Amino acid sequence: MEIPEVLEIKSIMKENWKTKTFFFYKNIEAEPGQFVMVWIPGMDEKPFAVAFTNPLGITVTKVGPFSSRLHQMGEGQKLGIRGPYGRGFELKGQKICIVGGGYGIVPLSFLAEKAFSKNYDVTVIVGAKTKDDLFFLERLKKSKLIITTDDGSAGIKGFATDALKDQIEKENYACVYTCGPEIMMKKVFKICEDYATECQASLERYMKCGFGVCGQCCIDDLMVCKDGPVFNSEQLRKLTEFGVFERDKSGSKIYFQ
Amino acid sequence: MTSELNVKLAELKLRNPTILASGFLGVSGKLLKRVAMVGAGAVTTKSVGKEPRKGHPNPTVLEFDSWMMNAIGLSNPGYEKFKKEIKIAKEGQVPVIANIFAGDPEDFAFLAKEMEDAKADAIELNISCPNLTPGECLGQSIGKNPDLSYEVIKAVKKVVKIPVITKLTPNVDDIKVIAEAVERANTDIISAINTVGPGMVIDVETAKPVLANKFGGLSGPAIHPIAVKCVYDIYKTVKVPIIGIGGISHGKDAIEMIMAGASAVGIGTAIYYRGIDVFKKVCDEIMEFLDSHGYSSLEEIRGLAHRD
Repeated sequence: MEIPEVLEIKSIMKENWKTKTFFFYKNIEAEPGQFVMVWIPGMDEKPFAVAFTNPLGITVTKVGPFSSRLHQMGEGQKLGIRGPYGRGFELKGQKICIVGGGYGIVPLSFLAEKAFSKNYDVTVIVGAKTKDDLFFLERLKKSKLIITTDDGSAGIKGFATDALKDQIEKENYACVYTCGPEIMMKKVFKICEDYATECQASLERYMKCGFGVCGQCCIDDLMVCKDGPVFNSEQLRKLTEFGVFERDKSGSKIYFQ
Repeated sequence: MTSELNVKLAELKLRNPTILASGFLGVSGKLLKRVAMVGAGAVTTKSVGKEPRKGHPNPTVLEFDSWMMNAIGLSNPGYEKFKKEIKIAKEGQVPVIANIFAGDPEDFAFLAKEMEDAKADAIELNISCPNLTPGECLGQSIGKNPDLSYEVIKAVKKVVKIPVITKLTPNVDDIKVIAEAVERANTDIISAINTVGPGMVIDVETAKPVLANKFGGLSGPAIHPIAVKCVYDIYKTVKVPIIGIGGISHGKDAIEMIMAGASAVGIGTAIYYRGIDVFKKVCDEIMEFLDSHGYSSLEEIRGLAHRD
């Protein structure tokens, strides 16, 4: 049954100046990296990574009309949820590194908490434009936390990928997990390949059905909604479209800058 | 005894009778190729038009226990960009059917020629999509009208040599009338049916229709009996080969459709129920049926339900 279940918003948490977490009156079972389709009745529906499961929480950064409308909503108001969908991250080894760019840290924080509960040795690299864009640092405090900002207002001035290079040079990670802008993830993957380290990346494409029938979210011959959104090194190596182009609502190719 | 699954549909030769129906996975050449690699006898592209179209906002696809409802809204990148996808799809080594939509016979003919130039193996005319904005003369607004349907096929047949498949809507008083008209216009093949309805789902908590388009066409197991009846009626009325589409999930459903008169079957919604390799599963089940019932080919059971 793939139809939105309408849920009331239980509480709303402000994470930073443009990011809020919406909690619902429902607990779900989901793996870090899986997503739900969120329906604003009468408007549109979009995929969001599961940020919390007990209760279900989604963390939304205000970027366009849909997220702006979500940000106007209050406790007790209703949204439709279907899912969780897709394949999530798979924990490997005992020592891992997580690299998140922007709001990519949402599913990765959920992953980090799962890794903490299994006593993993976790390094987290969070990249943001500026200090005010950071969030979820509290959730990540059990990790070795490295922050990078483009303007140097917090942590190291520079990019998350530079910090990863320093880390991977001296540490031996069983796997590197990444989510964020695709160009960043492509760089993360390249670094992992250079250092023969397994990588898992959570990709994003415009989505319609969410359950693998329409094909809209294709990347090469895979569907992000069903075969992904998390892909491993073996898959990433074969994806000729990774970091190159995505498709818009019409299916036209839009090349990454 | 080995049963023979090869099928000849007009000039189209298929290694087996299962065809990926239009609207499923046909967004990219690489996905179409994947479907070919996992067992489909032919693949059909998503409906392609002259200009890029974004389609409707989400939700666009819903699923209940025995049916799916969709209102994608004919999203496509336009024929020019889509031609490249056909070239890639051809690497799957099975016939690639280009499904096209337009508002008048001239545009249909233009698109058909473009798709033939792009090396499509057949053209499927979408005169049966039910998810239209009121006032739009596309899809079933054409296919409900025998004269308009006739004009479209005539125009297309004039410009292409590859087989022309006409996809019919079940949402008419008498599908036999439409079938006769498209046969008279020399369609090579009829495919039936497109989605049923349209229908609507209203969320009672918010009192809003769930699909952004408010209504959408129904597919899946629930419409299978309607599809079987349509194919049965078409077979009784015309001589052209039929691709039976509508709720085919298992070998038995395909057998039923073939007994009603279909030469091949389209599969779409069942990808959700049984996975992308549903084509191979259905073929294996057809084979099993033929073997266990002592039939040596699909030809033997085609139209069997019409015999006294």
